[in-house]
Amino acid sequence: MATSQTLPELATVPWRQPTDARWLRRWGRIWHAWTLLYTVPFIGAAVAMVWLDPIATPVALAALAHAWIIPELYAFRGASVMRPKARDPAPGEPVAQGLLGDLLGHEERELQRDTGLALERGELGVWLVGEGGALLVTPGGRPVHCFCVAATDAELPPSDRVAHLLLALRMDEVGFATVANHAFAGARWRVRRRLPQRMRSALDAARRASE
Amino acid sequence: MARLIRMDRTGHTTLAEWTAEDDAAFADAVREFGEQQALGYIGTVPDGPGKATHVRRLPRDADMVILRRPIAGG
Repeated sequence: MATSQTLPELATVPWRQPTDARWLRRWGRIWHAWTLLYTVPFIGAAVAMVWLDPIATPVALAALAHAWIIPELYAFRGASVMRPKARDPAPGEPVAQGLLGDLLGHEERELQRDTGLALERGELGVWLVGEGGALLVTPGGRPVHCFCVAATDAELPPSDRVAHLLLALRMDEVGFATVANHAFAGARWRVRRRLPQRMRSALDAARRASE
Repeated sequence: MARLIRMDRTGHTTLAEWTAEDDAAFADAVREFGEQQALGYIGTVPDGPGKATHVRRLPRDADMVILRRPIAGG
């Protein structure tokens, strides 16, 4: 065969199950259950402490803070895959931006220039592709999955890094998600709060596109 | 005019150009494509919105073939 719709990089992760819609639903449920598992006990403990002795209110508040902060830390980890990598401006970026623009439709091109993220509609949902990761908004907008994945050439300008991921995603969506490392699944609003300000409108656009 | 381009630190580099009628130019492009594959680059043909195809041999009738580096989970 001279052509293929299978991502060649899949050969590097033969042990992984395909990250298809079923896998994503299962992992969405696992992440949801895990979130309940580490928040509900803190909330329960806080309520019990106040009920047993109101003097324990400060400790109860600390427990509630834990119940809030831990999911936030996980969401921060997920959103971090989308953050631009801090470095000096790449000399090839204007050329790379031109090529990436050619790969995108008009609206997606405008969105990418404003936010740094490329929106791509797929079978699994609506993707936002960044320099070092991708975010999948599943149909209906809940939950959001964050994937850590990048081109292996560290010297590429940012737009070329996006184009690498975009082409791989277009070649084989399930293969792309399988090669990527799943970093987080959870509520869209929680991830949105942890995204850089300029990227939030891309997530809003992905949510609209997923509905 | 079809183009073979490689995404690299300069943004991208055009490695070869050919037309369906120009056998010599296409042969040069095929040789260049093979050399880049040997360096680890992956040939990709953008097939319009939302689609791309992995090519192991340079397609004569493609408008543009993009060479990219492999991706990996971070």
